[in-house]
Amino acid sequence: MNAELGQADTGTDPVLEAKDLVKHFPIQRGIVVKRTVGHVQAVDGVDLKLHPGRTLGVVGESGCGKSTLAKLLVGLETPTSGSIKLEGREIGNLSARRMRPFRRDVQLVFQDPYTSLNPRLTVGDIVGEPFEIHPEAVPKRGRAGEVKELLDMVGLSPDHINRYPHQFSGGQRQRIGIARALALRPKVLVCDEPVSALDVSIQGQVINLLQRLQDELGLAYVFIAHDLSVVRHIADEVAVMYLGKVVERGTGPEIYDHPRHPYTQALLSAVPVPDPDLRGHREEIVLQGDVPSPIDPPSGCRFRTRCWKATDRCAEEVPSLAVGDRGTHPTACFYAEERDVTHAVK
Amino acid sequence: MSETVRVIGDTLPGADFNAPLLEVDDLRVEFRVRGQRIPAVRGASFTLEQGRTLAVVGESGSGKSVTSQAIMGILDTPPATITGGAVRLHGVDLLEQSEETRREVRGNHIAIVFQDALSALNPLWSVGFQIGELFRVHRGTSRKDAKLKAVELLDQVGIPDAKNRVGDYPHQFSGGMRQRVMIAMALALDPEVLIADEPTTALDVTVQAQIMRLLKRIQAERNMGLILITHDLGVVADVADEVAVMYAGEVVERAGIRDAFKRPAHPYTKALLRAIPRVDTVGQELEVIRGLPPNPAKLPGGCPFHPRCFAAEDKCATEVPPWIEPAEFHGSRCHFAEEVYTDER
Amino acid sequence: MSELTAPVPTTERQASLWSDAFRTMRRRPDVIIATLVLLLVFAMAAFPRLFTDKDPTQCLGREARLRPDTWFTGDHPLGTDAFGCDFAATLVHGTRPTIALALSVIVASVVIGLVLGIYAGYYGGWLDSVISRALDVFVVIPMLMGAILILSLFRGRVSTESLVETIAAPAIALTLFGWMEFCRYTRAATLETKNLDYVIAAKCLGASDRRIMFKHILPNAIVPVTAVVPTTIGGIIVTESALAVLGIGVQPPATSWGVLLSDGTEWAGGGYVYLFAWPLGLLILTVFAFATFGDALRDALDPKLR
Repeated sequence: MNAELGQADTGTDPVLEAKDLVKHFPIQRGIVVKRTVGHVQAVDGVDLKLHPGRTLGVVGESGCGKSTLAKLLVGLETPTSGSIKLEGREIGNLSARRMRPFRRDVQLVFQDPYTSLNPRLTVGDIVGEPFEIHPEAVPKRGRAGEVKELLDMVGLSPDHINRYPHQFSGGQRQRIGIARALALRPKVLVCDEPVSALDVSIQGQVINLLQRLQDELGLAYVFIAHDLSVVRHIADEVAVMYLGKVVERGTGPEIYDHPRHPYTQALLSAVPVPDPDLRGHREEIVLQGDVPSPIDPPSGCRFRTRCWKATDRCAEEVPSLAVGDRGTHPTACFYAEERDVTHAVK
Repeated sequence: MSETVRVIGDTLPGADFNAPLLEVDDLRVEFRVRGQRIPAVRGASFTLEQGRTLAVVGESGSGKSVTSQAIMGILDTPPATITGGAVRLHGVDLLEQSEETRREVRGNHIAIVFQDALSALNPLWSVGFQIGELFRVHRGTSRKDAKLKAVELLDQVGIPDAKNRVGDYPHQFSGGMRQRVMIAMALALDPEVLIADEPTTALDVTVQAQIMRLLKRIQAERNMGLILITHDLGVVADVADEVAVMYAGEVVERAGIRDAFKRPAHPYTKALLRAIPRVDTVGQELEVIRGLPPNPAKLPGGCPFHPRCFAAEDKCATEVPPWIEPAEFHGSRCHFAEEVYTDER
Repeated sequence: MSELTAPVPTTERQASLWSDAFRTMRRRPDVIIATLVLLLVFAMAAFPRLFTDKDPTQCLGREARLRPDTWFTGDHPLGTDAFGCDFAATLVHGTRPTIALALSVIVASVVIGLVLGIYAGYYGGWLDSVISRALDVFVVIPMLMGAILILSLFRGRVSTESLVETIAAPAIALTLFGWMEFCRYTRAATLETKNLDYVIAAKCLGASDRRIMFKHILPNAIVPVTAVVPTTIGGIIVTESALAVLGIGVQPPATSWGVLLSDGTEWAGGGYVYLFAWPLGLLILTVFAFATFGDALRDALDPKLR
């Protein structure tokens, strides 16, 4: 059964693997004596496998836990339970100090190119900072050259080493952020909405850069985005998240052409298509209401409160990813059924 | 209808109802910062008819939001100054009207919905009070009736249980619901023109779909003219009747929706459409527009798009391109509009 | 090939916050005057010999209370004080303890405030609670009253020739009640900065907490702190004088402006107004200069006011 992502290419071992990853943030009340009044169930049982040179897309709306997932993968948050393995070694529960050598291998690319660079440092200092933190990576004499090489690699002129971030446009800043993330030659880049703050004409430049770097350096990407068409373009596999859980996952064509989970279908149909001829000719599923609070998510299937297929069973049982598979791809729905909303993205 | 005419006649003397609903003619706006004059809008022209949707498309810094603020008369002056052009509502140039008349026009005739509903609503008053205030101030409605009207409006924009939520404060609403409240406020005085400035950019896709559907429904019900300001070509294709594409402060192309997407006559529009990831681009390099949007303080000579243009020739760097119409209702500010239109370039 | 190095926008709109602030301030005449006053005062503290060739400790009883009959000329340009010491020399040499005290208090307060503020803001939790409560306690006690309480414990000590021993006790007392403002500003700036993406990026790279605090967060706290430094220095000088007048600040025979003011009050009524007026005038001028400078600095560093 094709229960886990990346099962398709068993030739290589996964570079990053997460099993039953859970992150609950306690909500505390009280000033002196803190008591926990509830938990934000940001990520609740996520499995993923990432192979070298591959891209895993994670899509979902705000509050679905994709940003928390990113923080867990890069080690900014410690999981409440579950495991994260980097090349087979468990890193999920390491202390900050013991985590340090592994930091190098998984790096993060941020959404907002304006807050992700320290405005008081030059580009050279920003891209060179990784070498100061890990002095063993590059000898001191070689650092300036290395920084220039990194700038060149991301398509910026090495002469810009002494400039400050505010002298660059959003797209260029994003390149600087990517250069910093690449400095320690990581194996995995976690990209958290890396192009959503950029103009359309600049988005393409950054996406092309990421793809070129992947080919050249054999990087593996976790590409988190809410823009489904961007994810489709870049990802080999896609996981759709809703309220902390993966509701469906599969290859690009499986998710986009043959979506089986009602939420995936609604999400795909909601994306407007830049083709006026399709207006009124494609199926539109407009969901009612908002995403429920992750503090007190619905019982059973978390999507049931907005789902048109929900029955009593959905409120009582939690559907696993295997439940709606039936020989196709993992779908966490008792009533998984292919529905053609895909000419929406064709 | 006769009642509407009377109201408009009251607040907008000289209104000619044979003239187009809203006509923006060669609008120019400058920012004066530290003795420097920076052009933000350098000649925006378009026309909006009743019941139609015009999408103004452009990237950040293209001047699309400044244009909408100039139409509304809510530009921050100084630093912004309108240096030329006209904004005609029913043939009356709003730019020549007194501030008092313009205040009347705002809300009564033209209303705006902003991207960031949270900062556009006052956190200290309940949403019902804020909507009701419009009726009390502009229409002299009693407090009790104003509240009833507010409930009615909230109900119309699809806020469930409007009766009980009318006393809630903005922060008690979710992002999508807040945007609905904003729309309710904009609709309160029954405007003829609604400007939606990136109304769904801050929202999730499924919520965006809800809001766009709501806007479309309300527009049809009230036969309003809708100006949709956005950078999202998908949304444009979904709702607009006409498109005006802005680049570096000017409208570079204007066309009906089908023509704009299928046979663009400006290289910028063409390149923008190609830059969107599509099914057939999976695994390939995306076609991109090279370079960066220009700095408005130092625009390139000739056609401002020429350094990034795939079709540029020598004269593009020196000669300002004329407005060419390769087809009816389809214009483009490009020397080679005809060739681009017929796909020879 | 669609990748390229796009041309950098050539706008040099904002060189940097500091040089921008400097440029703004340079254009204000009040700032220029204040700066000149402060330079004069600092020069007096650093090189008293430039301003007087007299030794303030060489006093002749028979020359006591000579009024300055001709201004700025003669043996005693500002006359002599009650003990027959040259008053100009006394005044000039009294500047050093005053300024040294003010500077050491400000340096110590800023350092303590920055460190406590950054630790409280960065780590939060119980450390923040402890520091914030301590801050609350110290804030409700006015600086002057707190200093009076502390210095009362030291009463009766004899000050020596050494500058350090002269100012140590008042410096400690004033520092103890002077760090809170800096701590508060730093804590607020730290809370604001610590969740910014570039700090998170440094964490991702494995940067130590200390590196993050001092390389990424501290520079952001420096701005609001710097803006209040000059004004605070003015306040410290005034408080020092008040302590001296109360007889518990710098102890005679060491001199400071406060000590001179205190002595002057005794003779001002008897017609020797200059013994009171000169230190007071100098004090007011200096404090005013610091306040003007501080005000302008705060405006210049606040981007919202530009």
